[in-house]
Amino acid sequence: MSNRSLLNTMGFYALVVIIVVFACFPFYYAIVTSFATGTQLFQVQYWPQQLSWTNYNAVLGNSTFVRSLFNSLFIASLTVGFSLLLAVTASYALARVRFRGRGLLLMTILAVSMFPQIAVLAGLFELIRFLGIFNTPWAMILSYVIFTLPFTVWVLTTFMRDLPVEIEEAAIVDGATPWVIISQVFLPLLWPALVTTGLLAFIGAWNEFLFALTFTSSETQRTVPVAIALLSGASQQEIPWGPIMAASVIVTVPLIVLVLIFQRKIVAGLTAGGVKG
Amino acid sequence: MPDINPNTAPALATPAEPHKGSPSLQRQRQRAAFWFLAPMLIALFCVAAWPLMRTIYFSLTDATLSNLYDAKFIGFQNYLQVRELSSGRTIYRGTLVDPDWWNAVWNTVRFSVVSVAFETVFGLIVALVLNAEFKGRGFVRAAILIPWAIPTIVSAKMWGWMLNDQFGILNDILLNLGLISQRIAWTASTETAMKAVLIVDIWKTTPFMALLILAGLQMVPRDMYEAAKIDGIHPVKVFFKVTLPLIRPALMVAVIFRMLDALRIFDLVYVLTPNSSATKTMSVISRENMIDFDKFAYGAAQSTLLFGIIAVFVAAYIWIGKVDLSGEKSR
Repeated sequence: MSNRSLLNTMGFYALVVIIVVFACFPFYYAIVTSFATGTQLFQVQYWPQQLSWTNYNAVLGNSTFVRSLFNSLFIASLTVGFSLLLAVTASYALARVRFRGRGLLLMTILAVSMFPQIAVLAGLFELIRFLGIFNTPWAMILSYVIFTLPFTVWVLTTFMRDLPVEIEEAAIVDGATPWVIISQVFLPLLWPALVTTGLLAFIGAWNEFLFALTFTSSETQRTVPVAIALLSGASQQEIPWGPIMAASVIVTVPLIVLVLIFQRKIVAGLTAGGVKG
Repeated sequence: MPDINPNTAPALATPAEPHKGSPSLQRQRQRAAFWFLAPMLIALFCVAAWPLMRTIYFSLTDATLSNLYDAKFIGFQNYLQVRELSSGRTIYRGTLVDPDWWNAVWNTVRFSVVSVAFETVFGLIVALVLNAEFKGRGFVRAAILIPWAIPTIVSAKMWGWMLNDQFGILNDILLNLGLISQRIAWTASTETAMKAVLIVDIWKTTPFMALLILAGLQMVPRDMYEAAKIDGIHPVKVFFKVTLPLIRPALMVAVIFRMLDALRIFDLVYVLTPNSSATKTMSVISRENMIDFDKFAYGAAQSTLLFGIIAVFVAAYIWIGKVDLSGEKSR
C-alpha cells in the first residue's frame, strides 16, 4: 500500500513538474535568446552562455520602438479610463435597479463582448476615416471600447451585485440620490474591483492586434504588438530574432509582474466575468 | 441573474435591491438608471452596432478602399452571383462559391474544434491538479498564469523561434530524443502549419480554461470526496460519476467562451504562419480581401458571414443548452 501511494505521489509531482515546465519554458527560452548575440543565436542553447545587453540596447535605442511603447501605454490607459468611467454608472444601474428589459440588456452586452472584431472592421474603418483619426492613437482608443466597455460593465455588475444591500438602504434613508450612492458610498468599496477590472481591460487593450494593424499606416503610430510583429532586419531573409526576443521580454515582464501581484484578484475577476480580457 | 428570456425579468428580484421605498422612489431610481446607462449605450452603439450595420451594408455594395462613398448597391452579388453567358453556360461567382473562402471556413472550424477539445482535456487535468492540496500549489498556479499573461503576438514570435526549422529548439529536442529523423519546417510546411498554430494556441489558452474549470471544481463540496473515499469507490469512477456532472455547467461556459474566441482567431495565425493557405482562417481572409487586396466589399461580405456563423452558434447554444452563461443561476 505505502509503495503504491509513494508511486502515486511521485506520479502526481511528475505531472506538476511537466505542467510548470511546459508553461514556463517558452518564456524562459525567449529570455535566454534575448541575451544571445551573433553566432550564438544559431546554435541551440539550453542555458544562457553569456549576459549580453546588446539586443536590449538595440531595441531601446530604436526610437520608433520606444515610441510604440508610449503609444501602447497611452492608448491602453485612456481606453481603460474611459471604459471604467462609463461602466461604473452603467453597472450600478444594471446591478441595483430593477427595470424592464434588464436581462435582455445584460445579454446584449455579453453578446457584444463576444463579437468577432472582424465584423465591425469595415464599418469602423469608414467611421475612423470620416472622423479623420486614421493613423492616430484615437483610432485605437475609439475601437478598443468595443471590447473593454462590455467587459468592464459585465465584471463590475457582478461585483456590484455582491455589495451588501443594507449599506444602500441606509444611504437611501438618509436621502442620498443614486449619484451620491455611487460616488460616495459604492465607489470607495469598489476600488479593488476597479483595479482588477481595469488591469484585465488594460491587458486586453495592450495586446490587441487586428485594429492596431489596420488603423495605423506609419511606423511611429504603431502599438507594441504591431511593432513586434513587423520588426524586420537589415534584409528580408534575415529575421532579427535577438532583438525580437528582447522586445518581447520588455513588453511581457511588466505584465507578468502585474499578473503575479494581482494573482488572486485576477482569477476572481476572470471567473466572475467569464470573459477573456 | 441576467435571464435569457426578457419576460421573466421582473421575477429576477436579486436580494441586492433595496425592497423598501415608495413607488416614487422606485421611479426616481429608474430615471437615474436610464441616465446612468445612456452614455454606455451610446458608446456601444457608436463602436459596435453602427459599424456592424455599415459592414453589412458595404457587403451589399461594390465599395473599394479608395471609393467608400460612391459605392453602388449591388445586392447579394458579393455573396453569390449567377450569370448566364451567351453560350448558354451559367457561371457562379461570389464568396459562397469561392474555394478560398471554404478553405478558410474549414481551417477555422478544424482549428476551433481541435484546439478547444485539447484545451478542455488539458484544462481539466491542470484544474484537477490545482484543486488537490499539495506543497507549492500557489507557485504552480502562478506559473500557469504566465502563458495567459503573454501577449498573443509575443507568444507567436516566441514559438515561431522555437519552431524554427534550422535553429529551433523544438526540432533539437525531438532530434535528440530520436522522435524525428530530420528537422521539420513547422510553420512553413503545409502539413505542419496547422499543428504549429494549434500547439501555440493550446499552450496559451489552457490556463484560462483551467482557471474557469477550477472555479467550478471548488464549488464541489469536499465531503463528497470523503464520502466516496470511505465507501471505497475508485477515484476514476468518482470523477466521472460525481465530479464531472457537478462541474458540467462551469465546463460548458468555459467551452462556449473558448469556442467563440477560437472561431474569430486572427493574430496568432497572421503572425505565426503568414500567407499559409493551410491555416488561413475566416478572419484572416476577410481582412486580406478588405485591406490588402482592395476588395473591400467582398471582405465585408466574408466578415458578415463570419458574424452570422457566430451569431447562429451563440443563439443555438443559448437556446438548446439553456446554458447559464453568467454562472449566477447556480448561486
